[in-house]
Amino acid sequence: MPNATSSIDTSPWLRGCEVHRDAFIDPGVFALEMQTVFSHTWVFVGHGSRIPQPGDYVTTTVGDQPVVMVRQWDGGISVLHNRCAHKGVKVAGREQGNTGKFFRCPYHAWTYQLDGAVLAIPLKSGYAQSGLEGTEAALGMAAVGAVQVYRDFVFCRLARQGESFGDFFGDALSTIDNMVDRSPEGKLQVAGGVLRYMHHCNWKMLVDNQTDTCHPMVAHESSAGTAVKVWKAAPEGTPKPMAVELFAPFVSPYEFFEGMGIRSWPNGHGHTGTADSIHAAYSPVPGYWDQMKAAYGEQRAQQILGEVRHNTIYFPNIMVKGPIQTLRIFKPLAADRTLVESWTFRLVGAPDLLLERTLMYNRLINAPTSVVGHDDLEVYERSQQALHSRGRDWVNVGRLYDPAETQTPTQVVNGTSELQMRNQYRAWAKYLAMGPEVRA
Amino acid sequence: MSTTAPSALVDLVYHEVRCIDEQRWDDWLALYAEDAHYWMPLTHGQTDPLLQGSLMYEDKMLLGIRVERLKGRRTFSQEPISRCHHLVQAPSVESHDPDPGLARVRAAFHYVETRADEQQLYAGWATYDLRLQGADWRIVLKRVDLVNCDAAFGNIQLFM
Repeated sequence: MPNATSSIDTSPWLRGCEVHRDAFIDPGVFALEMQTVFSHTWVFVGHGSRIPQPGDYVTTTVGDQPVVMVRQWDGGISVLHNRCAHKGVKVAGREQGNTGKFFRCPYHAWTYQLDGAVLAIPLKSGYAQSGLEGTEAALGMAAVGAVQVYRDFVFCRLARQGESFGDFFGDALSTIDNMVDRSPEGKLQVAGGVLRYMHHCNWKMLVDNQTDTCHPMVAHESSAGTAVKVWKAAPEGTPKPMAVELFAPFVSPYEFFEGMGIRSWPNGHGHTGTADSIHAAYSPVPGYWDQMKAAYGEQRAQQILGEVRHNTIYFPNIMVKGPIQTLRIFKPLAADRTLVESWTFRLVGAPDLLLERTLMYNRLINAPTSVVGHDDLEVYERSQQALHSRGRDWVNVGRLYDPAETQTPTQVVNGTSELQMRNQYRAWAKYLAMGPEVRA
Repeated sequence: MSTTAPSALVDLVYHEVRCIDEQRWDDWLALYAEDAHYWMPLTHGQTDPLLQGSLMYEDKMLLGIRVERLKGRRTFSQEPISRCHHLVQAPSVESHDPDPGLARVRAAFHYVETRADEQQLYAGWATYDLRLQGADWRIVLKRVDLVNCDAAFGNIQLFM
């Protein structure tokens, strides 16, 4: 099946270090993104620990496509378009569940194998004269173009052909490696539930923000700054609460973030925190170091825990924090609507206190009831509104631009550079330009 | 009226939400014991606030930070400020032990939070664990169970 794609001119939306406002507010651009960026790239679907047994499934979206991720009889994982081949009903209904030996549509009881193939159709003989075998309906629930499970993280590419998983992510996978290696057993378990936070803004603003190191001391002065102020008023000798330890680094000065460093990789991936980060100075958790030393040996354990990466963007729409075991998904719903899901992991075999700290971080920073979240959402929503202004057309991401930067796909730069944002927008333009996949 | 009478427990609930609605934050915080927590679970029937995720699980220091933040000059998410309104069903005294002075009171509520032209309605149940301190009852734990605690919300900036 040939996959001829039409090339799209992206110059109306990206010129040098500038992004046009239409990239954020135009529903037409959003529709195009769904058919290009979210089709040609490898998008995170879910974590395998949520579906340990055959028939276990999770429903979610990849871009704007409803999908179901399901554990197969052989232990593999499939990702199917969650759409009955008959009348288009969403087949798997729960957010998470077990479907038994097959999927069954709630409308007319068409059933499907766990890999999406048609199992049985009631009154099938009634289709004898209709040429059913030659229709789409006979093909069952459609599989996505490709699936790859990397250390229990499930990714898929909707398009049938395109870059391989390894080519797309390359060295960026090292952040997932580091998060998994932080478990003495080399294993993560999704734990603590998911925080779901609705944002009336474009999804790219959230992706952009993850490596924006010049906003915390400004936007979060009201939350993290107040936390530091309140803490300073505590009586001398009061032990520093975990919450203050989590909040305080947000309002570090520019110099701290400059020294933190940023690394960018090809295809829009990159991370803040190459040398230092806001997660670097947390108190040791009793017993953990001994477990790590026993599992990996002192040198390797030091190497694993010495990696203090802050935010890693896996383009297009997730962010991973290894040292605090969180993963955020920025789910695009419309040009001006994004659902943010913040997931947390237990390091299997590690002390409970690590999960407790991870969950506190998630509550304090990523919840719809979080004061840090309030600061961020306020500026996103103000942007979403004000980008309708015709007074200016372009958004600027030019800080510490180097004309030679596009010649070096992987590089480490000053932590206040907007290099990684430019990297993301360039990747965005690259996949947009490929145009929608043409199905034969 | 004696502070050990059940009516004092009920009165405290009405007083607490009134302090919130009138944004009398210092009066509100004073109703909480020094070791108090304010808890908004993320799931129905949740029993663990530490190893399960929650919308909020905050001690008095964190509540104090929120109150300070609401007053701050650079709290941009409060330009304009949020306002709120509680409608509380008659609280029921679930348990009451005058000696040593422990009680649990529960009230169903509707809560409205507004900001600029937006208004959100939330519904749920608040459970108060109370302790007698001298002559006054203090809140040791306020647990807020939303009927849709697992839904995707926008900003919730004040207190239910």
